[in-house]
Amino acid sequence: MPPARSWRTYPQTYRLEAARCVKCEKVFFPPRLVCSKCHGRQFERFNMKRTGKVVTHTVIRTPSDEFSGEAPFAVGIVQMDDGPRMTSQIVDVPFDEIKIGMPVKLEFRRLSTEGEAGTIHYGHKAVPVRV
Amino acid sequence: MVVGIIGYGAHIPRRRIKVEEIAKVWGADAPSFKKGLELFQKSVPALDEDTITLSVEAARNALARAEIDPKDIGALYVGSESHPYAVKPSGATVAEAIGATPDCHCADFEFACKAGSEGMFVVYGLVKAGLIKYGMGIGADTSQGAPGDALEYSAAAGAAAFIMGADNDRMIATIDETFSFMTDTPDFWRREHQFYPSHGGRFTGEPAYFRTVTGAVKGILEKSNLKPSDFKYVVFHQPNGKFPKRAAKLLGFSFEQIDVGRLVPWLGNTYSGSSPIGLTAVLDVAKPGDRILMCSYGSGAGSDAFVFTVCERVRKARDLAPKTRWLLDENVNFVEYGEYAKMRRKIRLAEK
Amino acid sequence: MRDVAVIGVGMQKWGELWEKSTRDIFVESALLAMDDAGVDSLDAMYVGSMTPGLFTSQEHLGSIMADYLGQKNIPSTRVESACASGGLAFRLAYMEVACGMHDVVLAGGVEKMTDIGGGDATHALAAAADMRWEGMHGVTFPGLYAMMAVAHMAKYGTTREQLAHVAVKNHHNGSMNPRAQFPMEITVEGVINSVKVADPLNILDCSPITDGAAAAILVPADMVKKFKKPGVKIIGSGHATDTIALHDREDLTTLAAVAASAEQAYKMSGKDVKDIDFAEVHDCFTIAEIIVSESLGIFERGKGGPAAEAGETSLEGRIPINPSGGLKSKGHPVGATGLAQIAEITEQLRGEAGPRQVKNARVALAQNMGGSGGSSVVHILEVM
Repeated sequence: MPPARSWRTYPQTYRLEAARCVKCEKVFFPPRLVCSKCHGRQFERFNMKRTGKVVTHTVIRTPSDEFSGEAPFAVGIVQMDDGPRMTSQIVDVPFDEIKIGMPVKLEFRRLSTEGEAGTIHYGHKAVPVRV
Repeated sequence: MVVGIIGYGAHIPRRRIKVEEIAKVWGADAPSFKKGLELFQKSVPALDEDTITLSVEAARNALARAEIDPKDIGALYVGSESHPYAVKPSGATVAEAIGATPDCHCADFEFACKAGSEGMFVVYGLVKAGLIKYGMGIGADTSQGAPGDALEYSAAAGAAAFIMGADNDRMIATIDETFSFMTDTPDFWRREHQFYPSHGGRFTGEPAYFRTVTGAVKGILEKSNLKPSDFKYVVFHQPNGKFPKRAAKLLGFSFEQIDVGRLVPWLGNTYSGSSPIGLTAVLDVAKPGDRILMCSYGSGAGSDAFVFTVCERVRKARDLAPKTRWLLDENVNFVEYGEYAKMRRKIRLAEK
Repeated sequence: MRDVAVIGVGMQKWGELWEKSTRDIFVESALLAMDDAGVDSLDAMYVGSMTPGLFTSQEHLGSIMADYLGQKNIPSTRVESACASGGLAFRLAYMEVACGMHDVVLAGGVEKMTDIGGGDATHALAAAADMRWEGMHGVTFPGLYAMMAVAHMAKYGTTREQLAHVAVKNHHNGSMNPRAQFPMEITVEGVINSVKVADPLNILDCSPITDGAAAAILVPADMVKKFKKPGVKIIGSGHATDTIALHDREDLTTLAAVAASAEQAYKMSGKDVKDIDFAEVHDCFTIAEIIVSESLGIFERGKGGPAAEAGETSLEGRIPINPSGGLKSKGHPVGATGLAQIAEITEQLRGEAGPRQVKNARVALAQNMGGSGGSSVVHILEVM
C-alpha cells in the first residue's frame, strides 16, 4: 500500500474515527460522503469507543503473501458498541475460545509492513476483555 | 510552580517465556540462571507488537488517569532502544494515535535503558518553564537478546507513560527533585546494522551500573537533603533481580523499599521501560504522603534520578486504568521456545 | 424491448492452460460459440473479465478481443463485476439486443489466472472484497466465506458434512463434463480431511484457480429460425448489488444481492422458483451454494444444508443444482464463469448434455456472484 493511501485513513486506523449522520444518527466506519440510509450529507465525526462483540470469526490458515509469516491467525467481524461493524484480527486468545458474542476491546497493533524496507501499517486488533 | 505526575500508565504484552524453556534449548543450567539473575520469566511481544504499539496503549492508560484532553499535550517523547524505524519518530505515530497532534513538540530519545526517564525529565522541565501545559514521556522497548547469551534470559518488552503537569487538582505525585549523573562508560552497546547488542560481561556491573546509579542517588540525596529512610519506595533500573537488591544494600535502602517496584523476576528487563514501569507499580499501591525515589540507568552510561511525593488524587486515579501488577500477573500465556523465536523474528524466513 | 435468444455457445476445456494466452483462450471459445451459432461476423461484443490488469498486467480487453477475433471496428466493451463479470457481460449483451441497437452480439468471459504465483493470485482475488477495510487485516476470500459459514452454522445448525456434500455432488457431476478442470469423484471424508484453508473450510470446499473462457451469441428471438440450432430464450434478467464489505451486510447468513437479483428475474419472466427445473449457481465455496440456494428461494432459510445432504440438488434430485460440476469441479476462471453457466444451460435446454442431462429441463436459472456477495446477476432461460 503506498504511503499516501495508508496515511489518509490514519484518523480511522489510529483513532477509530467514525461519522454519525446528523439526520438519522446512523454511524459509519469509515466515514462516508452520503448516508446510505437517509441520503443525508451532514455528519458529525467522533472517535469510537474501543469495545465491541464478536459477531462471526474464522482462522486464516492459508494467508495472502503479505501475511505469510503470521498464519494461522484469527479474524472476525466485530460489532462496535458505537454501532458500526468492522473486520479485525482477533489475537492473544486460543482459537477454540473465540465465540460469537465474545466481548472484545481493540488494541493498537502492527497490521502489516511493506516488506523489510517499506512503511509499517498500524491499526487495531481485537483482544478478549478480561476482568 | 509545583510540577508532577498527573497521569501514568503501563502496558505489558501477554505472552511469557520461562527461564527453563530458554535454558533447555541452549543446554544451560536453568536453576543457576534463575538463582544468579533472580529471574523466573520474561514478557514476549507478539509479531504485531512493537515499541510504538506498546507506547500507544501505555499512553492511553496514562490519559485515562490524567483525565485531560489529549490536544492539550504540548510535548510527547518516546525513549527506546528498539524504535521500529531508524528514521521516522515513534513519537509521531503515538501522538497521532492519541490525538495530540498537530500542536505538539515531538522527538524520540535514546540512551540505552534510560531513554524513558529522559522523556520524563524533559517534559517536567518544559512544564516547569511554563512552555507547555502538559507533556508526556514514554519509556518502551521490545529489545533483543542474542540466542544463548545471558541477555536472552532477561530481554523483555513493555512500556510506561507519564504525563507531567502543574494542575494542583490533577496531581498524582509531585516531582520534588531531579539529578542526572553521566559519563562515557562502554559497558553495553549496539553498532548500526547489528541485530543484537554486545556487552562487556562483568564490566557492566561495578564500573558501570553500580558506579552510575550510586552517583545519581548520592547526588539527589545530597541535593534534596534527604536520607534513605525518608523514602517509602525506591525503584531502581532492573536488568535482573540481583542488581537492584545490591544497589539498595550499597546505598542504605531496605528490601522492603524496593520490593513493590522490583518487577523484573516476573517481567524481565524492559530496558527503557524498566524503572518507569516499576514506578507505575508503586503508584498503584502508594499512599498520599509517601516519598518515592526512582533511579534509571542507561548503559553508555547515565542515570536520571527523581524524588516524588504522592498526593491525594492517587487514590482515585489508580483505578482509572489497568494496574501494573494485574497486567503482569493476569491473562498471561506461556509460550515454548519455538513460538518465542517466531515472535522475536529469530527464525530466518524465505526471501520474498 | 424485443425478446432475445441464445443461438450459440462455446467453451474449451478449462485448466492450467500454460501454452495459451488470454487472447488465445478468449478467441478460442468465442470461435466455438460463433461456429455453434453459424455466424461469421458480429455487430457488437462484450468481454467479461475481473482483472486482467492484476493477473496479466493488461487492460483494454475490448479492443484486444475485437481485434484478435477479426471483428473490425465493432463496438467491444470490457465488463467488470468481480466474479460476476461474465454474467454481467451476458446481461449487457442481452440489453443491447433487446433494445434493438444490434442483432448479433457476443457475450464472452475470460480469465488467465495462472501466470502469476499463488500468493499474487490470492491478492488479485482479494480485490473483489474491500481491500482497504477487509484486506488490510489479512482476511482472505475463503476467510470471508468461512465467516459466513460460521454464522450460518451457529444460526441454523448447518454442519461441516453438509458443506462437504455440496462439493461431492459437484465433482460427481463434473466427472461427466469433458470440459471440467477437475473431473474426479471425491468423498465427504476427503473434503473434511483436506488441507485447512480458513476454518471451517478446507481446500476441497474451495473453487480452484483456472484459466478459461466461455462465450454465447445472442440474437433477437424472431431471428432464431435463420440459424441451424434451436435457440434458448432469455425470459428474465436481474442484477443487484449489496455492500462491498461483509461486515456492512445487514444479515451475514443470507445474500441480499442474490435475492434481489433473483426477484427481478422472476418478476420479468413471470415465473416462480418452483417453475425452475435446474440451476447453475455460484459455488465459489461450498457454503456459497448453500446460502445461494436459500436466497434464490429454492429452500427455506437454514434448510439449504440438509437439502444438499439429502440429495435434493443432485442430478436425480428434486432440483438439480450445478449439473455442470459447478465452479468447484469445472473450475473458476473468474470472469468466464457467468458465461459457462449460460453454456451449460443452453446445452441442457437443447438436450445436448449427454450423461449430465437433466430430464425434462425446460426452464433454468443462472446465478453469478461477485466478491462476497457485493453483486449478483441472475438469468432465467427457457426452451423455445
